[in-house]
Amino acid sequence: MRKAGKPEARARLALYHALLLLALFALWHALTTPGLVTEEFAKNTAFFFGKPLQVLKVTWEWFVGGKIYPHLGITLLETLLAFVAGSALGLGVGLWLALAPTASALADPYIKAMNAMPRVILAPIFAVWFGLGIVSKVALGVTLVFFIVFFNVYQGVKEVSPTVLANARMLGASRRQLLRHIYLPSATSWVFSSLHTSVGMAFVGAVVGEYLGSAKGVGYLILQAEGVFDINTVFAGILVLTAFALVLDVVVTRVEARLLVWRPKTAETEAL
Amino acid sequence: MAAAGSASAAVLAAAPSPALALDGITCTFAARAGAKGADAGRYTAVRDTTIAVAPGEFVSVVGPTGCGKSTLLNVAAGLLAPSAGGVTVFGEPLAGINRRAGYMFQAEALMPWRSALANVMAGLEFRGTAKAAAEAQARDWLTRVGLAGFEHRYPHQLSGGMKKRVALAQMLILDPQILLMDEPFSALDVQTRQLMENELLELWGANRKSVLFITHDLEEAISLSDRVIVLSAGPATRPIGEFAIDLPRPRDVAEIRMTPRFVELHGAIWHAMKAEVLKGYAQSRQA
Repeated sequence: MRKAGKPEARARLALYHALLLLALFALWHALTTPGLVTEEFAKNTAFFFGKPLQVLKVTWEWFVGGKIYPHLGITLLETLLAFVAGSALGLGVGLWLALAPTASALADPYIKAMNAMPRVILAPIFAVWFGLGIVSKVALGVTLVFFIVFFNVYQGVKEVSPTVLANARMLGASRRQLLRHIYLPSATSWVFSSLHTSVGMAFVGAVVGEYLGSAKGVGYLILQAEGVFDINTVFAGILVLTAFALVLDVVVTRVEARLLVWRPKTAETEAL
Repeated sequence: MAAAGSASAAVLAAAPSPALALDGITCTFAARAGAKGADAGRYTAVRDTTIAVAPGEFVSVVGPTGCGKSTLLNVAAGLLAPSAGGVTVFGEPLAGINRRAGYMFQAEALMPWRSALANVMAGLEFRGTAKAAAEAQARDWLTRVGLAGFEHRYPHQLSGGMKKRVALAQMLILDPQILLMDEPFSALDVQTRQLMENELLELWGANRKSVLFITHDLEEAISLSDRVIVLSAGPATRPIGEFAIDLPRPRDVAEIRMTPRFVELHGAIWHAMKAEVLKGYAQSRQA
């Protein structure tokens, strides 16, 4: 995902990206509209893949008519809550288990088993426990985010340089200060480095949860459309989700760059 | 030439107590992977070692690589409990971390997530000094080690020599009475190293602390110290010789190496060390 350095090179690359997208849409259009292909063929492909113009029209109406916003808002809220709760839980448990060898040895097989389990199957259970509202989706997202953050924090604490630790002890740090000034910063740096994955997982949890049973959210819109074989609306939903995921990714990249200024990057030089 | 050797407990009680005394230290570790023979299961890094550092004295410990020099320093710092023997600090037995000592590590020890200023401040912060006062002192120390203007750089943005300066300021800001230094400049190039050695001597000369300086570089040891202690090759390292360095101060580490007295001392100590260095080399080849 390396960006080209010079502005004109970057602009050209962006142009190629746009052209490629346009070409894909053109191909999609050509294969689903009679003209280049027979009417029979177009009918079949349109049934399975939808028609790009229809998809864009549905998307347009969603945004102009304002129908999408409450659903998008709910999905965003679920993603955010799942991310925050899962990260906090993963950070806490990760720090605790990394610093308490006995508890860690005891919990180890259970952590491994829970991580190995495909957690999407928990969605129906969460729906029974927490109902069809936000909470069940957040719970699903939390189970996905937790393990990513947990393993990263655990690793982060284990990989604290023994020299840095000994140095802090010589400088007079108490056990609590070691936790606050050494273990926590080291662990959070690992959490931030897994930010892309964990935000993505929170999003997956929200959408999958909605898809499996809900009354609101973009996943719900897709589910509804699928029920009446409205393939164009399904694709519109996918389009919105993808765009949304990209926006989230950009936000995360910005946040990460802000928070990890202290981390060494590969040599940065500037072209003259 | 050899100075008063190992100080026994009885002598310690009578004389003014040394700043730091390692008394009969033995450090035995659990087996290292691949150990064979009768000693399998145990590895004795240091055996029955007694070293005393007087207040204001600069003592260097030299020995072949891998002879357990760092182990001794960790014992003096209270980071490692010896298997036998004890440490006294200004006459008091040491339990836990040595609060009167500052430690400069061989490896990278700065907190990478803190700027140079925040790193230098860390010790004061841990001790509960008010933030503004701590920051003012840290700025002052960064200036003293020649890093004014680099306050907000992170360790990865500093060169090797600059990082060592930050580490030096980080240690000295707490005004420890004892400085423990574990090959602090071994990773630096020769020029930077001599600059740092001179700066260390200058800072030390202004406010004499007791220094226990570990190095494998004999020239560095002689040019900095009042006394040089030679260790045998490991395992079961112990002191095999002690040499008082009577070169005049203040010294310039680059220039003093040319003086006849330096060459003479170097010859004498090297003669004592040579057999051990060869032994250590032979062992490392076998391993």
